[in-house]
Amino acid sequence: MIDMIINVTLLAFLAITSVAIVRMTNLFAIVMLFGIFSLLSAGLFVVMDAPDVAFTEAAVGAGISTVLMLATLALTKNRQKPYYAEAPHAHRPWLPLIVVAITGGALVYGTWDIPGFGDPNAPAQTHVARYYIENAPLETGVPNIVTAVLASYRGFDTLGEVAVVFTAGVAVLLLIGGRRSKSIVKPKSEGEQDET
Amino acid sequence: MKPNLILHVVAKFLIPLIIVFALYVQFHGDFGPGGGFQAGVIFSAALILYALVFGLDAAEKIIPSHILRILASLGLVIYAGVGVATLLLGGNYLDYNTLGSTQIGGQHLGILLVELGVGITVAAVMLIIFFAFAGRGRA
Repeated sequence: MIDMIINVTLLAFLAITSVAIVRMTNLFAIVMLFGIFSLLSAGLFVVMDAPDVAFTEAAVGAGISTVLMLATLALTKNRQKPYYAEAPHAHRPWLPLIVVAITGGALVYGTWDIPGFGDPNAPAQTHVARYYIENAPLETGVPNIVTAVLASYRGFDTLGEVAVVFTAGVAVLLLIGGRRSKSIVKPKSEGEQDET
Repeated sequence: MKPNLILHVVAKFLIPLIIVFALYVQFHGDFGPGGGFQAGVIFSAALILYALVFGLDAAEKIIPSHILRILASLGLVIYAGVGVATLLLGGNYLDYNTLGSTQIGGQHLGILLVELGVGITVAAVMLIIFFAFAGRGRA
């Protein structure tokens, strides 16, 4: 019962936050709402007994992403241009409304066939999950099965993930990080930097 | 940014705690929730907090950019190197069983090293991206 209340509350807040994000034009407030959205999702993951995912969502989604988006905002303007006020509507609003309603209805209809949360007979649980649960502590000696799967059984995947993170860093350096090394050498620009 | 006493005091109190928590998440990931990805992000969050409160230049004195680039590569090299080590010891790539005298010991060592590589790369890359974005506006 208490789980139900927490779930409904968190989901309601998620929905309110999404609507607020869509309707707002102040980008600074939107970035803050993104952070709140991630934090609420992290709370949902905790309720669903997935602390590893909640950890990542809270640290990356609510923490680092917010800081990075704020840093981006510092380079741009923090107000969205109201483009819809200038251009006339290309089509009537009921056409997208029908598309959204049909898609949403199909998705809701699809949820009737989804197995219940944590159902041991769900197709996702019957493939290799049973093997991991039975053998991971014996074969790796690691009590946290998530870590055992991530680092040992699926070591190749994780190697690829780290390579992706590394590639992202290299890409950012290539695109916008090039002149950092030059400005370190010049000490004279330090005085004006303190004011920003 | 104007120096703010409350921010300085709170940040100086929080940053060591964040770093200790990052190390806990890193090395306790085998037993509790956590692991290299989360620990790397939490660790970089500590330094980003430092940069936000004390300024970008002070943060770059602690970890210069060229060291970050080396660290980002080093983590990936550690991960891939563990795989090469298992190859040389006669196993399959990333088959940790050959690393120790027993299967459990080898798996423990392998997972620890691999997670360490993940943590180093993630922390360094997050800081690289932050410094790149934050340093661009003033160049």
